[in-house]
Amino acid sequence: MSLSAKDKLAVKTFFGKVAPKVEDIGREALARTLFVYPQTKTYFSHWADLSPSSPQVKKHGLTVLNGVLSAVELIDDLKGGLLTLSELHAFMLRVDPANFKIINHNLLVVFAMMFPDDFTPEVHVSVDKFLAQVSLALAEKYR
Amino acid sequence: MVKWTDAERKAIKAVWGKMNVDVIGSQALARCLIVYPWTQRYFDSFGSLSDAASIMANKKVAAHGKVVLNGLGRAVQNMDDIKNTYAPLSVLHSEKLHVDPDNFRLLGDCLTIVVASQLGRAFTPDIQAAWQKFLAVVVSALGKQYH
Repeated sequence: MSLSAKDKLAVKTFFGKVAPKVEDIGREALARTLFVYPQTKTYFSHWADLSPSSPQVKKHGLTVLNGVLSAVELIDDLKGGLLTLSELHAFMLRVDPANFKIINHNLLVVFAMMFPDDFTPEVHVSVDKFLAQVSLALAEKYR
Repeated sequence: MVKWTDAERKAIKAVWGKMNVDVIGSQALARCLIVYPWTQRYFDSFGSLSDAASIMANKKVAAHGKVVLNGLGRAVQNMDDIKNTYAPLSVLHSEKLHVDPDNFRLLGDCLTIVVASQLGRAFTPDIQAAWQKFLAVVVSALGKQYH
């Protein structure tokens, strides 16, 4: 399910709207990941506060969504462009790749909440495909 | 037996109360057919599903969306026994319609997206958790009679 030219354009256009709200959206998506899928909290046992209002959740949500935004710029070569991030996730963080689907789902939920008119079904399918490709690229170095 | 807290019951009824039943079902089904095009396999008799625009304009899709959502309403009214409420529906989907039960999860995800776009910030993490738990119970009940 690779990205067509139409998908890439839809992704670039939509994430252009996401970029100005990156902090808000990143925090919301991570907060929901931790709250709605409590098993994901196991990766953050070193944080004092895992609630949606936590400063650590806000900071890390921004880190994660900035990573996704950088992937938009690398959309023509996600595997190559995300190699270093993949190594980080594979060897240092060792996040089970099943969790990529979880955060992707919560990104889609927050996109729908914040952009009800822009997040049309056509944009949804292109963004979903893109996030799936990002996840694959992130999992590249795992084994 | 699924246990629901008072907060979860309240959240589900609140979401349901805010939903325009005539519209949400159609939007969710159309979105499912667009985002997961392989789901179109069950709708050969519905006419043109060739692109997003025709799917969203398709009257049979719209009508069927309402049927599906009214079915979901039965789960809302019978939260303490969704499994038995849905047993005949599960048999129908397995033996007559031959629907791969993974599709229930896909449609559920599209429904969540449509609800999120309708409620905006009112779709809080608490409400999302309750809603997704409810849908997971519904999806499980729909798959229960498959063998």
